[in-house]
Amino acid sequence: MTAPLLDVDSLRVTFDTPRGPVLAVDGVSLQVGAGEVLGLVGESGSGKSVTLRAITRLLRRATVTGQVLWRGRDLLIQAEPALRAVRGREVAMIFQEPMAALNPVLTIGQQIEESLAAHGTLDRRARRARALELMDLVGIAAGAQRLGAYPHEFSGGMRQRAMIAIALAPQPMLLLADEPTTALDVTIQDQVLKLLLRLADELGMAMVLVTHDLGVVAETCSRVCVMYAGRVAEAGPVADVFAHPRHAYTAALLRSMPRPGPARERLAPIPGQPPRLDRAIPGCPFVPRCGLVEPRCPTHAPPLVPVAPAHQAACWSSARVAP
Amino acid sequence: MNRAGLVAARLLQIVPTFLAIGAVVFVLARLLPGDPVSAMLGDRATDEAVTRLRGAMGLDEPVWAQFLLFVGGIARGEFGTSTAMRVPVTALVLERLPATLMLTALATLLAVTIAVPLAFVAATQAGRWPDLLIRAVFQVGLSSPIFYVGLVLLTVFAAGLRWFPVGGYGTGLAEHLHHLLLPAVTLALSFSAVIMRNLRASILGVLTAEFVDFARSKGLPRRVVLLRHVLRNALLSTVTLVGLHVGALLGGAVITESVFAVPGVGRLMVDSIFARDYPVIQALTLVLAVIVSLAFLATDLVQMWLDPRLAR
Amino acid sequence: MRGRAPLLAGGAILLALLLCALLPGVVAPYDPLAFDYAALLQPPGAAHPFGTDQFGRDILSRTIAAATIDLQIALFATTGPLVIGTAVGLLVGYYGGVADAVFGRVVDLVVTFPFLVLVIAIVAVLGPGLGNMYVAVTAVGWVFYARLMRGEVMVLRGQDYVSACKVLGYGQARILLRHVLPNAARPILVYWMTDMALAILLGSSLGYLGLGAQPPEAEWGVLIADGKNLFTQAWWVAVFPGFAIVLAGIGFSLAGDGMADLLDVKR
Repeated sequence: MTAPLLDVDSLRVTFDTPRGPVLAVDGVSLQVGAGEVLGLVGESGSGKSVTLRAITRLLRRATVTGQVLWRGRDLLIQAEPALRAVRGREVAMIFQEPMAALNPVLTIGQQIEESLAAHGTLDRRARRARALELMDLVGIAAGAQRLGAYPHEFSGGMRQRAMIAIALAPQPMLLLADEPTTALDVTIQDQVLKLLLRLADELGMAMVLVTHDLGVVAETCSRVCVMYAGRVAEAGPVADVFAHPRHAYTAALLRSMPRPGPARERLAPIPGQPPRLDRAIPGCPFVPRCGLVEPRCPTHAPPLVPVAPAHQAACWSSARVAP
Repeated sequence: MNRAGLVAARLLQIVPTFLAIGAVVFVLARLLPGDPVSAMLGDRATDEAVTRLRGAMGLDEPVWAQFLLFVGGIARGEFGTSTAMRVPVTALVLERLPATLMLTALATLLAVTIAVPLAFVAATQAGRWPDLLIRAVFQVGLSSPIFYVGLVLLTVFAAGLRWFPVGGYGTGLAEHLHHLLLPAVTLALSFSAVIMRNLRASILGVLTAEFVDFARSKGLPRRVVLLRHVLRNALLSTVTLVGLHVGALLGGAVITESVFAVPGVGRLMVDSIFARDYPVIQALTLVLAVIVSLAFLATDLVQMWLDPRLAR
Repeated sequence: MRGRAPLLAGGAILLALLLCALLPGVVAPYDPLAFDYAALLQPPGAAHPFGTDQFGRDILSRTIAAATIDLQIALFATTGPLVIGTAVGLLVGYYGGVADAVFGRVVDLVVTFPFLVLVIAIVAVLGPGLGNMYVAVTAVGWVFYARLMRGEVMVLRGQDYVSACKVLGYGQARILLRHVLPNAARPILVYWMTDMALAILLGSSLGYLGLGAQPPEAEWGVLIADGKNLFTQAWWVAVFPGFAIVLAGIGFSLAGDGMADLLDVKR
């Protein structure tokens, strides 16, 4: 197997809050290969967004340990200039709420062109041409006029497309997408997802797609990584993980989803709440809500081990898990 | 509505405002105790002289006619004659206005120059000692009365070290600036504290905004992120604040001009109030209110120019 | 600054000043009115920490005694505007309509005139003195409280819990007094603290100009005016009363910040 583009190893993120340290990400490891689409799935507070931001060191007031190998170099120890060369140019990121993520006082054109200016040697004319190309690429009509427009003048779906255009301007190799469709109308969600997939394919770009929606993962990703309470619960090819989950949480999650089929079936939510992260959890964090608890679960944290080809799970009861 | 339309609408709003100000000033002046005519002529005036002067000043007309006379007079730029100094009020005001305008402009320039970079440092170092130090110093500035600061500066730098003249105005631009520097610093001290506090909070708010993270994730150089993304957005609310503060600034100018004996409209106002010089008081109140109105207008226009979201 | 520190620091300062104001005879080392021809214009020293003036009066004692008037100013110059402004703001913000439109115009008009100029003008008309100063400040100052209150009330009146009250059939007065007012009051209280600092600045400015406190009342601004002409030979006469003003201002600001944190109000 070729070396992965992105290799995250034992990532730990601790936030410095007025109420004490909070461990948001506890030993997360994941890999993304060239051209691959990895889904990063979990409930709110599972640490998936934090993981994404930790990769390019966007977090503030946080202590980050571990290793984030990007094409062999550890981003966590790179000096600022080297890091900035990677950001945008090689690893790009898009955010959940485009209205918040776009600078309200700059036009879309200006926001695209500043990206190009920071990373390339294109002159003004060339930058403008490239900007027009990008508008076309993401499917925004009347590109020339739209470049001179401000974010608040776009509709929600178009704003997200504009953000994608901005992020893709320097032709990055990896796109980190933090819940890019969550804030959109359902009909638009589908369009934007399809756009992202098409772009990833056309541009040969890898993608990490953070979402809480398993349906989105099923449709778009080749591999999935399920997170819970800041740790990786399970990781593997999507089809395999969904058909044969090997972590109690994954199975419960899949069961709780509404499914087409015989009508009037009761939904089976997972009882309880995700745990607080300001206290250390010695064993498995899912214990309070788990139906397959074994004696060692509360005291010994299960390691992430292979349970099938390219498929890992961190669950003592792995063998007993049924979909 | 497009931008031009918005601007025009805003400009038109000023007309009823000016009329209202005029009415208020007119009414207040009529409420003042004492008969201005007797005050002007003195105790030994004959009844005949009083009646004649009354007629000449239009004081025996009904109130509404007097108001029309008043408005007409303003439109022609006539405000009557100063009772204390026996010169036309218009000429007097015009003579004193430049000093005040120069003082407030200089003070604003100084305040902004001090406040903006320090607000930046305080915000980016929030919680650490540079921030605490800056805020402590400005807090002292904010709590210090203008006349006190002025007095101290005057005594130390003018009377004591003789770096600056002891008050006054001088002739020619260079001398004006030299004379006005200390008073401008006095005014700038509390003004800059207000700006600093607001801008610091604004920057802090913007620093954690998602579009700043997006800009960083694009790999933009630090300077670009700070200036183009953070500062440009943070300044929006501060510009508004500066505009709205013009009234307070003029109030401060009144005190500063008194302490430094600057021949501006502020000191003229105080002197006129003590001398019961009603024509001057009336004119000055009007002028000051007009200046503040224009400042508000300018603020609105600048805001519309800086923030594309407002041009809707 | 977070935490209790500003509130405690501010509170401590204010408490010290309050002590000076309430028990000047106890706190001050000398009788503030006592002349001492043997110790004219003494620089700060062991016997007189703040020095003496041209009549031999101890500046420290005069400053302490003046705290009474200045703290009075802080209270009396702000309470009127607070009460009137809160009442008007509450009604105008809640009921809106014509009253709100009129209120808007009034605010526009008042705000266009520099506050100090208006107060000076009114005081000049009524005659110098603290009482008239209170009248002047109240006549103009209520607008700022009202504006703040109106803003808060307008936000609150759209909140769900107010609608819930209406659905439950609560009377207007009850909704206003027991539900809207306590929540809207928090920013008002914080503003009040800052306003007290501003009131002292205003009062001392007027005292300095001769329009506020009148002799023989001792007020920090008046004391500074007394020392104005002596500045080059006896700087201490004007400087120390000024420190008192700054200290009071800091005390109220810190207390205001602390209160804002405590009541969870954004500044």
